[in-house]
Amino acid sequence: MSRRLLASTAALAAVAVVALLAQAPATGQSPSPATKATTVGKDWTPPRTPDGKPDLQGIWVDNTLTPFERPKSLGAKEFYTDQELADLTKRVRQGDQGELVEGAELGAANPQAVRYDLELYGFDRSKLRYTSKRTSLVVGPEGVVPPMLPQARERNAARAALLKGHEFDSHEQRSLSERCLLMNQERIPMTPAANEGNLLQIVQGPGYVSLLHETDHSTRVIPTDGRPHIPQNIRQWQGDSTGHWEGNTLVVDTTNFTDLTNYRGSSDKLHLVERFTRTADNTLIYRFTVEDPTTWAKPWTAEVPWTKTKGPVYEWACHEGNTMISTILRGARVQEEAAQKKGK
Amino acid sequence: MRSRLGDSVIAGVTVAVVLLLAAMQGAAQAPAYRAPRTADGKPNLSGIWQALNTADWDLQGHAAAKGPVPSLGAAFAVPPGLGVVEGDVIPYLPAAAARKRENQANWTKLDPEVKCYLPGVPRATYLPHPFQIVQSPQNILISYEYAGAVRTINMGAPTKAPGDSWMGWSNGRWEGETLVVDVTSLMEDTWFDRAGNFHSDALHVVERYTPRSADTLNYEATIEDPKVFSRPWKISMPLYRRVEKDARLLEYRCVEFAEELLYGPLRKKSSN
Repeated sequence: MSRRLLASTAALAAVAVVALLAQAPATGQSPSPATKATTVGKDWTPPRTPDGKPDLQGIWVDNTLTPFERPKSLGAKEFYTDQELADLTKRVRQGDQGELVEGAELGAANPQAVRYDLELYGFDRSKLRYTSKRTSLVVGPEGVVPPMLPQARERNAARAALLKGHEFDSHEQRSLSERCLLMNQERIPMTPAANEGNLLQIVQGPGYVSLLHETDHSTRVIPTDGRPHIPQNIRQWQGDSTGHWEGNTLVVDTTNFTDLTNYRGSSDKLHLVERFTRTADNTLIYRFTVEDPTTWAKPWTAEVPWTKTKGPVYEWACHEGNTMISTILRGARVQEEAAQKKGK
Repeated sequence: MRSRLGDSVIAGVTVAVVLLLAAMQGAAQAPAYRAPRTADGKPNLSGIWQALNTADWDLQGHAAAKGPVPSLGAAFAVPPGLGVVEGDVIPYLPAAAARKRENQANWTKLDPEVKCYLPGVPRATYLPHPFQIVQSPQNILISYEYAGAVRTINMGAPTKAPGDSWMGWSNGRWEGETLVVDVTSLMEDTWFDRAGNFHSDALHVVERYTPRSADTLNYEATIEDPKVFSRPWKISMPLYRRVEKDARLLEYRCVEFAEELLYGPLRKKSSN
């Protein structure tokens, strides 16, 4: 064909190509590779999720030998030295903590020596460890939960008084734990149990951080856009959590607890702030502040290191397997019947 | 003057256009909707979703019917539905079909949903409650409002279940626009719906989640259980995004609501 026609065709085609490319579906941002952790001075920089947030993901465990509150004998001492910690760990692993000591050898001469195979119960003494140098999880010079306000004592005493003599009347009088409604180990704030049993799995997606706590499959999916809480009249056993990022720290604010949640005697005015900061590849520092002006004169704070561990997280189906509560109630009914018959 | 360079450019552009048109032709056969991507380049399924049908009442087509509680009248009767089963037939083996009829006749006593038991897969998807997908490259977590049920879908190399569970063990992978989830190790104690449709511990479910528009997914589940059904069968339904501002899952800790039913008979009788 003529050169002119060919040129026009090509020009038209070029325009068409541009137009078609413009219509092609957007490929989106090119995926940013999750950045590797770097050490910047003294601070550790965590890797990032694909959408650029600090990566807290993994399976974590928090069991530790550090007691929740500071032993009285330690006074205002907030931290152990490395040597003190090493000595303590050695003693605990040998069973020397005022507990019965395992018989050292099979057929030990001492007939009084009791041998516990703690592995049977998921306890492995060699795994016992301190995960921080703190003398207690509760921080500060006192290292204990502040004393309860008189109004809180009265409130809790009144409740206990109503219950007295009726403890086995029905399921309603039994503990939330026994009912598989809210187990102690699934509550927030999250605190360590005796053994390595309560894993926490963190999965992060755009705009949300989800925390799956193994005990009774307790899950929180926390928005990180700093949105307001749900209306005050909507109360939930675990309250309502909303989060936002402050640098590398996830800050989670929780209110809207029910008046029956009763964390350590608190009322529905309970307000919890939790902070999650990954300080090393295998360490997540969890620091929480509890506030309830109707229960404690001042807010109090505790800090718990979480350590990375291998999973898997098992399914914990408390209610589905709950024979405990029916057995307890049935037992009470049987006892009452027997007592009645005797009385007759 | 005739330019060699000019001729080459024109020829090159023409070739390019021909090739591009060929490629576009190919692309026209791909799915009509292409979802926005997460930052790691995968279809973004994140969000709060909910089924809007009567599958939880009965997977198969059914007319409206009287409800189980007379005092609730029209507020709690069985709504009608066209069904979500491909071919509307659930291929029970003869003995199993008899058990299904028994289940249906006694559903308020036997249905695990009434007791607030974990619903299993696929029922968790179409209960009348929302669920939330939290998507990361290594894991996709699905949190269900009903009973706080939850499962994590492993998106890495498939792993084996440590044992059976109510919500099963999920391994996932991408097939183009579709999230394919292979679910095994499901306990036999869950039902598919309130009509008594059930399964054994040999249940194997393959789910497919495919974005069909900005605010809808297409959900399919292929159900296989040689102890109960003569062949695999399939359900499918749209899932709708909860688009209201600040939509979120609330607590539905239904244990409390099932307690009177379960433990009421063990209550102390008031004296005199």
